[in-house]
Amino acid sequence: MNENATRIASTSDETPASTVDAGRRGFIGTAAGLSAAALVAPGVFLHSVSADPRTEPVTDSVRWGLLIDTAKCADGCSACVDACNRENGLDLQEPHGSESKWEHQKAVWIRKVKLQDNQTGRITNLPMMCQHCEHPPCVDVCPTGASFKRADGIVMVDRHLCIGCRYCMMACPYKARSFIHQPTTGQLTAVPRGKGCVESCNLCVHRRDNGEESTACVDACAQEGHGAIVFGDLKDPDSTISQRLREIPSRQIREDLVLNTGVRYAGV
Amino acid sequence: MKRVVYREWRIPPERYWSLLGFLAALIGIAALSFGYMEHQGHWVSGMNNSVVWGTPHVFAVFLIIAASGALNIASIGTVFKKPIYKPLGRLSGLLAVAMLMGGLLVLVMDLGRPERLIVAMTNYNFSSIFAWNIFLYTGFMAIVIAYLWSMADRQGGPFNYPIGILALVWRLALTTGTGSIFGFLVARQAYDAAILGPMFVALSFAYGLAVFMLVLMFGFEEEGRPIGPRMMRRLRNLLALFIGIALYFTLIYHLTNLYMAKHDSLEHWLLLSGGIYTVLFWVGWILVGSLAPMWILYHPALSQKREWIIGACALVIVGGFSAMYVIIIGSQAFPMAMFPGHTILESGFADGVNGAAAPYWPTIPEILLGIGGVAVALLITAVGVRVLQFMPESLADDVVAPDEETLDAAPFAKPA
Amino acid sequence: MAKAVVRIGLVALGLVWGAFVAQTALADEVKRYVVEGSPAAERESCVEPTETMRRMHMEFIKHQRVSTVHEGIRGTKYSLTGCVDCHISYDENRNPRPIDQPDQFCGACHNYAAVDLNCFDCHASVPNRPGADAEAAHRAAGVVGRVASTPSQGGR
Repeated sequence: MNENATRIASTSDETPASTVDAGRRGFIGTAAGLSAAALVAPGVFLHSVSADPRTEPVTDSVRWGLLIDTAKCADGCSACVDACNRENGLDLQEPHGSESKWEHQKAVWIRKVKLQDNQTGRITNLPMMCQHCEHPPCVDVCPTGASFKRADGIVMVDRHLCIGCRYCMMACPYKARSFIHQPTTGQLTAVPRGKGCVESCNLCVHRRDNGEESTACVDACAQEGHGAIVFGDLKDPDSTISQRLREIPSRQIREDLVLNTGVRYAGV
Repeated sequence: MKRVVYREWRIPPERYWSLLGFLAALIGIAALSFGYMEHQGHWVSGMNNSVVWGTPHVFAVFLIIAASGALNIASIGTVFKKPIYKPLGRLSGLLAVAMLMGGLLVLVMDLGRPERLIVAMTNYNFSSIFAWNIFLYTGFMAIVIAYLWSMADRQGGPFNYPIGILALVWRLALTTGTGSIFGFLVARQAYDAAILGPMFVALSFAYGLAVFMLVLMFGFEEEGRPIGPRMMRRLRNLLALFIGIALYFTLIYHLTNLYMAKHDSLEHWLLLSGGIYTVLFWVGWILVGSLAPMWILYHPALSQKREWIIGACALVIVGGFSAMYVIIIGSQAFPMAMFPGHTILESGFADGVNGAAAPYWPTIPEILLGIGGVAVALLITAVGVRVLQFMPESLADDVVAPDEETLDAAPFAKPA
Repeated sequence: MAKAVVRIGLVALGLVWGAFVAQTALADEVKRYVVEGSPAAERESCVEPTETMRRMHMEFIKHQRVSTVHEGIRGTKYSLTGCVDCHISYDENRNPRPIDQPDQFCGACHNYAAVDLNCFDCHASVPNRPGADAEAAHRAAGVVGRVASTPSQGGR
């Protein structure tokens, strides 16, 4: 780009009338080049982080989890939702039916919820997704064993076995699961998803298995400057998440069900 | 005791074939609807990510528990050894198998990936009541077929009693299992209750008998076979009793929920402000489905009239569908209590914003699917009674076995 | 009676032979469904010998999918991402053609043999933001740098 600019500038030295134009041309060219590079750079950066596909089976020496600090979760912000939709190809689908039907039938892996305490009136914002329970009700009820808990704690659906009975969706206490109601097109290679199966947040398992550091929602929240979601290994006492869990009070949603969720919330 | 004669159903061929044709047409339409729903995807139905089980499941669960209840009659004859019920045993078994097949067919047609049924048959997760149900349902069909053999074949006679007991126990397990599909779920306020298993057993008694009586009376009426007043008295008193038992379980279930503060919101919604679900509960389940039929069946004058008894059975079935709709769909529509003591102001996934219930309306493809299941059950029954000897020739008073005397009845003079 | 049996047996044998011949003939057609012009197109086979792949590819895929989904192992030579990445073909405008269409690599044989190909109900039938899986799969099969989507050191 820079060479172009100087080349244009040097060839138009002979014609005094276009010297000013050449200078502007060069400036615009450089600016365009820099901004294009700046636009592309984040994507290149995200995908150039280490690409080591896993070659050994996962073990239970780690347990992945999230800590959500609701005090940092901003009202009206949906960065985590948009990032998840983009990462997993959820934003690629077009509704077949009416908009109102699509609202209730589209797949949602993470959503923002805004609560108000009935007694005190205090407002809380938080993202809600699959809680990756240690004793998942969805795994208990799946007739084929498609809904399963991986050794490293991630609860997910093996779509090769799923028959689409939706019993896991009945059973989930957090309404975390979605059913795909229409044929999918243009899926991402990393996230296969198709009509007739059930799916939910899988802690970006394709990133997990390719050696990347965290999930799309965590990255997006950090990029927005809120940093409300922390991802890490719950079994590692020195991980960021474990340290934070020791510092601030946190709890599971619906803790009376004693499911020992992998996702913990502070401030709700 | 007079020997019971069983005979094929010999209504005129035109009538029979037009009945079959009608049922086959319904099944054909259901098949088209299934093809449409499977090809397009479930977006064409009213089901969504909040209400995941809809009208097909209402039909399917009704058929399955009615199937279990229909076998009751045979059990009363075989296991409890009441001779007056013995002639009804074969039809009871046929109806049980037929309705179970109809119900299972609806469930399979509604799966997201029905072509993976073979996966469901070969991969089992035995902590799931669904996986157990697959064995309970198929085992039930095998046992009932064996039961029918033991009733019909002379060589099967000695096995009749043991198979009858097995069928009874298996049936109770199956119906309890069906109720536990819901009762085992901790997620929703309306479920998570041990009573749902036994409640479904009670409901099955009522629905099964109502369907059985309708089929019996229709079949006998068409061909002019008589049902005597004694038989009718037994059947209608039994139905009224079963409705009462079902009502008792319903009462306990709701009273218990009302007592607990944490289930307050659910009960207030269902009983007072739930829109269609409130209407279906009070009018459909309680009034039309329970109180009205009981009133008819115990009424001194109306209970003697066949048309009114048929009406009562039909009302019970309407009540049954209303009950299934409230239990299955209403419980899903009510928002999940994830944040007790809080009101949800905004949500990206219809989590019950300001306490609003999730939207659901039945759509045509779902209703056609359900009707198809009913038609399959009736088709199997119609073919069965035509081809084989399932129905007794007569249930007139002088043919059926004597039953016990009641204290207030006139002295019974045995025929010579 | 014996004559009839022999005749029927010969006819059956002839049909079976015909089917195999037809399959081989058709298979020769699809042999060129590797990215055109890439060095991989010149090779006889890379993941496994061609005949083995033809008969056993579902076995490999079935075992691979269990280890990927349940154990998280990715980037082996049996990875479906790797298959799609290599065997995809491009039209005149350099747009990839979905691999399950009846004239493409997977679709052609499956269409002929009438075997349901519902993998691509869920899996992407063209490479679509493939991650490191594809490259690792090619490396495991020994063809990295020979496939259009994973350029060798020179780069395209």
